[in-house]
Amino acid sequence: MPETLTYLATLKPVLLRTDALVFLLVIAIGGFVFYVRRHVHLREPWQRVFARRSGMAAAVVLSAFVAVGLLDSVHFREPLEQRGNDGEVFYSVEVLSLLDLALRPLKERSEKTYSAPFATHLYAKETLELPDGSKVRDYPRLLYGGAHLGDPEHERWPDILQRSSQGLINGTVAWLIFALLWVGLLAHHGSRPYGWMLRQVVAGRTALPWRTMLVTAGMIFLAVAWAMELAPHYHIFGTDKVGQDVFYQTLKSVRTALVIGTLTTLVMLPFALVLGIMAGYFRGWVDDGIQYLYTTLNSIPGVLLIASAVLMLQVYIDTHPELFETAAERADLRLLFLCIILGVTSWTTLCRLLRGEAMKLQGVEYVQAAVAFGVRDRRIMSRHILPNVMHIVLITVVLDFSGLVLAEAILSYVGVGVDPSMHSWGNMINSARLEMAREPMVWWSLLAAFVFMFVLVLAANLLADAVRDAFDPRLRRGR
Amino acid sequence: MLAYIVRRLLYAVPILIGVNLLTFLLFFVVNTPDDMARMHLGMKHVTPEAIEQWKADRGYDKPLLYNAQETGMGRLTETIFFEKSVRLFAFQFGRSDAGRDIGHDIAQRMWPSLAIAVPILVFGLLANITVALLLVFFRATYVDAIGVVVLVALMSISALFYIIAGQYVIGKLLHLVPISGYDGGWQALKFIVLPVAVAVLYGIGSGSRWYRTLFLEEAGKDYVRTARAKGLGERVVLLRHILKNALIPILTGVVVLLPLLFMGSLVLESFFGIPGLGSYTIDAIRAQDFAIVRSMVFLGSVLYIIGLLLTDISYTLVDPRVRLS
Repeated sequence: MPETLTYLATLKPVLLRTDALVFLLVIAIGGFVFYVRRHVHLREPWQRVFARRSGMAAAVVLSAFVAVGLLDSVHFREPLEQRGNDGEVFYSVEVLSLLDLALRPLKERSEKTYSAPFATHLYAKETLELPDGSKVRDYPRLLYGGAHLGDPEHERWPDILQRSSQGLINGTVAWLIFALLWVGLLAHHGSRPYGWMLRQVVAGRTALPWRTMLVTAGMIFLAVAWAMELAPHYHIFGTDKVGQDVFYQTLKSVRTALVIGTLTTLVMLPFALVLGIMAGYFRGWVDDGIQYLYTTLNSIPGVLLIASAVLMLQVYIDTHPELFETAAERADLRLLFLCIILGVTSWTTLCRLLRGEAMKLQGVEYVQAAVAFGVRDRRIMSRHILPNVMHIVLITVVLDFSGLVLAEAILSYVGVGVDPSMHSWGNMINSARLEMAREPMVWWSLLAAFVFMFVLVLAANLLADAVRDAFDPRLRRGR
Repeated sequence: MLAYIVRRLLYAVPILIGVNLLTFLLFFVVNTPDDMARMHLGMKHVTPEAIEQWKADRGYDKPLLYNAQETGMGRLTETIFFEKSVRLFAFQFGRSDAGRDIGHDIAQRMWPSLAIAVPILVFGLLANITVALLLVFFRATYVDAIGVVVLVALMSISALFYIIAGQYVIGKLLHLVPISGYDGGWQALKFIVLPVAVAVLYGIGSGSRWYRTLFLEEAGKDYVRTARAKGLGERVVLLRHILKNALIPILTGVVVLLPLLFMGSLVLESFFGIPGLGSYTIDAIRAQDFAIVRSMVFLGSVLYIIGLLLTDISYTLVDPRVRLS
């Protein structure tokens, strides 16, 4: 433990632009949660969100993704062995994250080229030299995948089975400890006997569906424990063209997807809020101007606007290489810019919705009363109108998330997505797509990216449904 | 009616000017033609002469807004702004950075785009309405509940997955249709079947779910209750009453898309090798051909504005309660 601490002390922290925004977002969400917990009228719809079994399960899955993303947002540079003349420390140009530290074996154990999941041999044949000097064309053994096996042909499957069951046992034990602790927490919180609480949870009779939460968490525990047992000895998702572990790439892509899904909304939110409410409240020429602005932006086809803006940014980056210390900073700027430009193309919908709602609210009695009392416009907008349109903002933000994650893959395919050096599911799909024609097909990168993307987007969609049903007053009345 | 259309058309003019100015800013002010030239010629060994030559070949060597060397109107017309941006209003797209006539390319590539976009729209609408009606027919049963879950799952899958899986299963394993390519005349049919099927399947998830909520909203209204009280069967209520009224938002939602069909679909066309405007755009983006991208931005905006206009008109035609104000 002290060794870990001394190691961490040598690192030079790096705060990328998106990192800063991610932490800002985390603080904002933390503050929001704190605020909501203290106000009954805000807490109640959130309880309805989590009271839905699908909402709870989706939230658990999403928090697993968020945990990976946050680990991957703490960046630093390692010191190099080599020192300057006066003992000055040089730092590596490679920017690492905490996730890289945790996955270091996966990151560094790269093969020569493609290999299938759990393979012990390379995908392509090579000319091998036998000990007696003769040459033969065969599939060479992998450097790391299954390297501990003496006779891969016979030992591989028993070994995988044995490690899998070991992993599943580990996962079950960890999950049991977690579940029992959680029930203890619930019992303590509700001042109930432990045994009673346990029976309630098992029977699914609690107000919030804790059983669903524990089952979902159990599946995540099992998957993580299984991967932890197998990934150090095999490439569980195979390797890509340059021999990098696909599992590592898939996990690294989580942050990219989350950043695009959340920061885009964060960037566009102030504009949409201010302009939308102003247009609806003031009407007249303010309204005309703002409507003109968003109709103009809206009329440019989204992909083309993004493409032209990203092309222009690329020109800028290429002509100003001196501004960026590391490749990661360059990639990061492009990611941030992509978020901004995606925000510019997507804020119009929210702005229009807010305008309509603000217009409606402007005629309501309590706003009229505030006007009659001489309350200033800015105060009316922030105290009376803003809180009453927040449900629209929340619903749109959550609904947009899944669309943005999917859009990233498409944009990377078009060639205007995130930087090609950055890990993202879009880039994975894009590079694997070219290998479709190979025989046998190289399917593992594609499948890994699609499955992870599917799980994330499905969870986001389910949560969005729960949020919409809980917050939309129109739907609530229909019940 | 005519006065209304003319007024709406006049509204479109400032928007088009805005789009034009925006693209001009983006393409010529944020980054100068020098930057573009340097990028095209590669970063190393770029001589000032080569840049000048590149610019002169493509007409980027003039001043941006005001040409002091010319006389009379030439001061304004012999500029990049006039040559490259104002001309777009007359649909004079000029030449691409690679030297091809953009207007000619667009006229030629429009038809393959339409050949897949129109069937996608028609079959997509039919499929979505059918699925949504079925779900509404079985509402509040397990069929509906499972159906909605399946739809959410369908819309959570990336579009790229549908395309790649479709090409792999139908094209590569079963050899039913060619994986990609295009041909003129009736031969085109075998090339467009797969992209159309893939796109329709992709659209079912979100489309049917949306239509289902529209139908359900309609089903809760009083006239539906009256129809049921009269003793009408569920089928008549669904098809005659609910469907007919819910078609208004569906059709007006479609009208805005109609002009944009010309633009084609970027991803679909490039995956299936269809020589339409979508793949034209994507190739231009990849080759960093700014002239084509600029033209397509303008064309897309024009078509979108036409779509808005058509939507407004169709509202007034379908629903007499909407006044022409």
